[in-house]
Amino acid sequence: MAITFAVNGVARQVNAPDTVSLLEVLRNHLGLMGTRYGCGLEQCGCCMVLVDDQPIYACTREAGTLDGRRITTIEGLGTPAKPHPLQQAFLEEQAGQCGYCLSGILISAKALLDRNPNPTRAEIVEALDKHLCRCGAHQRILRAVERAAGLLRGRPA
Amino acid sequence: MTAPVLPPSLVENPRLDRWIRFQPDRTVRIATGKVEIGQGVVTAIGQIAADELDVPLDRVAVLSGDTTSGPDELYTSSSLSIEVSGSSIRLVCAEVRAKALERAALRLNCSRDDLTVVDGQFLQDGAPTGQDYWTVAAEIDFSQSVTGTAPVKLATTYKAVGQSVPRRDLPAKVSGAAFVHDVMPRNLLHARTLRQPGRGAVLLALDEAAIRRAAKGELQIVREANFVAFVSPVESVAQAAAVAATLHAKWESVRRITLEQQEAAWLQGQPSDDRRIGAPPSEKPPGRLVQMTISRPYVAHASMAPSCALAEFRDGHLTVHSHGQGMHLLRKNLAVALALPIEAVTAQHLHGAGCYGHNGADDAALDASLIALRLPGHCIRLQWRREEEFGYEPVGPAMLVTLHVDLDDKGRPADWTTEIWSPTHVQRPGSNSGFLLATEALANPPPEVVPSDPTEARGGGGTRNAVPIYDVPAHRILHHLILRAPVRTSALRGLGALPNVCAIEALLDELAARVGEDPLAYRLSILSDPRARRVLQGVAERAGWNTRGPAGTGKGLGVACARYKNRSAYAAVVASVTVEEAVHVERVWCLADAGLVINPDGVRNQLEGGIVQAISWTLKEQVRFDEQGIASLDWDSYPILRFSEIPQIMAELVGDDGNPALGVGECSVGPTAAAVGNAVAHALGVRLHDMPFTRERIMTALLKKA
Repeated sequence: MAITFAVNGVARQVNAPDTVSLLEVLRNHLGLMGTRYGCGLEQCGCCMVLVDDQPIYACTREAGTLDGRRITTIEGLGTPAKPHPLQQAFLEEQAGQCGYCLSGILISAKALLDRNPNPTRAEIVEALDKHLCRCGAHQRILRAVERAAGLLRGRPA
Repeated sequence: MTAPVLPPSLVENPRLDRWIRFQPDRTVRIATGKVEIGQGVVTAIGQIAADELDVPLDRVAVLSGDTTSGPDELYTSSSLSIEVSGSSIRLVCAEVRAKALERAALRLNCSRDDLTVVDGQFLQDGAPTGQDYWTVAAEIDFSQSVTGTAPVKLATTYKAVGQSVPRRDLPAKVSGAAFVHDVMPRNLLHARTLRQPGRGAVLLALDEAAIRRAAKGELQIVREANFVAFVSPVESVAQAAAVAATLHAKWESVRRITLEQQEAAWLQGQPSDDRRIGAPPSEKPPGRLVQMTISRPYVAHASMAPSCALAEFRDGHLTVHSHGQGMHLLRKNLAVALALPIEAVTAQHLHGAGCYGHNGADDAALDASLIALRLPGHCIRLQWRREEEFGYEPVGPAMLVTLHVDLDDKGRPADWTTEIWSPTHVQRPGSNSGFLLATEALANPPPEVVPSDPTEARGGGGTRNAVPIYDVPAHRILHHLILRAPVRTSALRGLGALPNVCAIEALLDELAARVGEDPLAYRLSILSDPRARRVLQGVAERAGWNTRGPAGTGKGLGVACARYKNRSAYAAVVASVTVEEAVHVERVWCLADAGLVINPDGVRNQLEGGIVQAISWTLKEQVRFDEQGIASLDWDSYPILRFSEIPQIMAELVGDDGNPALGVGECSVGPTAAAVGNAVAHALGVRLHDMPFTRERIMTALLKKA
């Protein structure tokens, strides 16, 4: 079937079985590789994307259920040349080692900061607790989200 | 004059052109055999080269893990990348700098001493000469062997080295495609495998029709003896086929294992290769014998990404992209396994998720290659399933360590025996101890290997860090290398260091308690190494050790110290914990001395990562078995430390730049686990001997105490 949705602000149409996962559509049909496969079980958070501003696991979500929705992936935040304040903060804090978990974490952090521009450390931990990081960069990641919140608050509207 | 002793990488790869090339775009390409696995080595290598050549960092491109152009530096392992590759590149760059200046001096008809280098340009008495590396490069014979005789820069003159330069690979990783998993060329076919359930298992029947029905799409089934793969232009079709195949395959001669084999206690009494290292057996009967036993179960690498590889066989040549830790060794192993001449194989590194040792990366490369040879002209992208990664990666071996220590009349160790039971810590392919997994499924599987461990000269495996850094008059190791483990075991960050350091440091706390001394003061009374004393005293000060309360209150403070491999970086750790039903690690302080530090923030990142990983192993992790093999096949059955469980961490470097750079990637894991173990014992007033420190074990220990 033809599935139509807005991905990172651009209308996209994909011809795929409606049971195919959003993750496969993003990566294999649309070439958006920043959303990553980790477990396929909603256990690790590597595949997190925003659907209408809510973080969801792309690995298990059937693409057919998303017709007409707005999807944001890590590519929708910014680029190395023009990073989003969250990406900038992660780089400033060197918040990561292998980096495989980071795009999912950045997406959950964006959802948090969009609804709560001034989160406490505990609120950040709660928002990220569904994400796994095996390298142990957690403390840097938490600091980076705090720094990003500061950058965003200081940014002229 | 005697020839300088060259690092092993330069002995094996003497030609300059294996290491360095000046490129037309006014960059210099430095090649290393070590690869980026999230530890920042590619950035650090660039810093070393920039300083030695006097070029800015942005003119240095680093080529890593390339069998066509780069050096063979074996595996990226054992915290040796900076010590070995870094020092090799420093010597190469110093020599090339000297040769280039010599050529420029000839052209300019001046003395070499009149020339200085700024941004790669050669200045004469401070004025531009029009000469630079790129103008004279063609006159340098890069096929020459490096001699190691050119003087290297003094550490005091470093500009890039010692700076916290941001990681070069990170911007891509926070914005899009960055990994081998993300490469999908046009002619791509996706592939998944059906794994042979252990060596010797024979595939009796495979219901291909049922698998095709489940796959719901274009599917090719590649079968070679007991190796089966499912290939499709659509990834989900290949995945569905492989999942279905596990239900539609009949195997015979499958080895069974038992539940009790998942515990370290099972190791004792198993057939083993036994050896003694160190002092001869004591002739004196022990007067005051104290014993301490510590165990760790099998632990998974548990990479965030399942292993993945790309392989393409075209015009008789196989090109493989892999996130393995050693591309030259992978190339050799693939050539042997596939009966191809070595010249017909190219292996190139692409980034993967952190591996922390030998996981499925190399095996996935053979899987992909086997399929590529059957389907020439297509790029095969082979990815392991999540349950395949957990189920078939080699795991870190279980270990049981018992210390038998005889005390002198002051309660200090007089005679110390460390007894270790462990399966091998290294079954890396090509090291005569292991091979690529799928070879066992082919028609003529290689003979089973006799397990061996890294030699003491390489830091040992099960015996790694078994020798205390403390002053012990007589020390020996009795090493029981278990001959037949229930599952494949191989290198996991630190090898035997974690259980060994835990055992040593647990014992020292007990010995201190026996003589009524503070654990820190007791340690310092038997510690002569000034660098170890410095980190230990420093960390105790930072952590407010002198405010440490009495034992058994539910709150605990523990300390530990080690020098990784007894020759790499020093690390001392204090952990503070509260224990109720479960252990909460609240704060961790770590001081490390790694000598000259190339990238301080990168090193702190490694220390922090090691701390988190060690806490996770100590509190939570154990690979579970059932009759078929590994049964912990997802993150629910193999939980790791989460954001809500992360302590506040302080990691600080106190080394002296005048000392050589020491490997640092693994130095914090042993002391962290040991400090947590000691803090838990302090909190409970009773020691937990077996990792992980589960709720059940805490309850059992408390009941026993009561």
